[in-house]
Amino acid sequence: MTGIQPLAAYALALGDDALILAQRLGEWVARAPQIEEDVALANIALDLLGQARTLLSYAGQVEGAGRDEDDLAYLRDDRDFRNVQLTEIPNGDFAVTMARQLVFSAYQYELYTALRNSADETLAGLAGKAVKEVAYHRDHATQWVLRLGDGTDLSRARMQAGLDQVWPYTEELFDPADPASQLPGVAADPAALRPAWHAYVTAVLSEAACREPEPRWRSRGGRDGLHTEHLGHLLAEMQHLHRSHLGATW
Amino acid sequence: MSDTGTSPAPASRAALLAVAQAVPDPELPVLTLGDLGVIRDLRVGGDGAVEVDLTPTYTGCPATAVIAGDVRDALRRAGADQVRIRTVLAPAWTTDWMSEAGRRKLREYGIAPPGPAGGPVKLAFPVRCPHCGSADTREVSHFGSTPCKALWTCRSCAEPFDSFKAL
Repeated sequence: MTGIQPLAAYALALGDDALILAQRLGEWVARAPQIEEDVALANIALDLLGQARTLLSYAGQVEGAGRDEDDLAYLRDDRDFRNVQLTEIPNGDFAVTMARQLVFSAYQYELYTALRNSADETLAGLAGKAVKEVAYHRDHATQWVLRLGDGTDLSRARMQAGLDQVWPYTEELFDPADPASQLPGVAADPAALRPAWHAYVTAVLSEAACREPEPRWRSRGGRDGLHTEHLGHLLAEMQHLHRSHLGATW
Repeated sequence: MSDTGTSPAPASRAALLAVAQAVPDPELPVLTLGDLGVIRDLRVGGDGAVEVDLTPTYTGCPATAVIAGDVRDALRRAGADQVRIRTVLAPAWTTDWMSEAGRRKLREYGIAPPGPAGGPVKLAFPVRCPHCGSADTREVSHFGSTPCKALWTCRSCAEPFDSFKAL
């Protein structure tokens, strides 16, 4: 996927974020602490999958090499995926998942809010729709972080541990190096999303009686195809059926 | 309608649109697509090909593909040989496009209709229980059995119910 044009690369990066997190959240189905959470996490995953389908279809269309959403989702290997590592790390316990949901949904909320004004019609159209869905995701994560953080000593300790585990992966969302910098007026500058994101999450953490972690390392490389060892395992499960029955339809 | 019957294009657009609008929603069959407001436009080309603009309720809603298939089938039965469905994302669908008839039908079906859209949390408009009409209700979960619904329960009659999310 090196050398593809910036718009296709940008749509692919955003689409991969949504696709990989959708797959991760799907793992919660039948394992969440309450049946309502099975349903909630599956719904959020479904919204993300819808965003991914639009973005990957568009990436394939812009690329012009005849690849559709399925080709891009099922027939690329891990080094060709452009998602940030935040989306691929294992779910951990429920608090880790909620910490990631808070970080990611607050990021996507700012991202889609900005993209509503994109000069690109497809991105603007998707953003106008997705921002309404993501508002629900963000509210869901917020309520859980508040409930766990401002709960018992045990729930607060586990919520804080979840935040500590997720925080090293947050800065990658705002790195300016991805294809966005080559698409003024079309893409949202990731660095410009950070202040509003940071204001939102720190307000939630403060109300939840949790502290903002200060990690001593940070992840890098997802947008360049450098991933954790976890992505390959995720793809093996996600892609296996499609690759075993290439071209099958039903 | 003239008796020559050879140039259907201008007169039949309204008829075809009515056919498409009357297709029931696959998830909520009490509602038609017209009630939901998801059919944004319908055009009849010079060659008689029919193009329909369809907007999804949620980007990931699995019903979208079924809806497209149902609209295609209904239009074919109405005589349109060539039907093309275009998915249109902008302007984004909002529950404000749902018809009054649709809201009434939802309530009768046991689903609380959506309040005015504008944000995810609207405390100013109480969700009324579709069974007993009480406003003493609470949200159990933001998310329900389909992307467009949330799970609620009534404190007065103790019945759980689905509420169509304002979007």
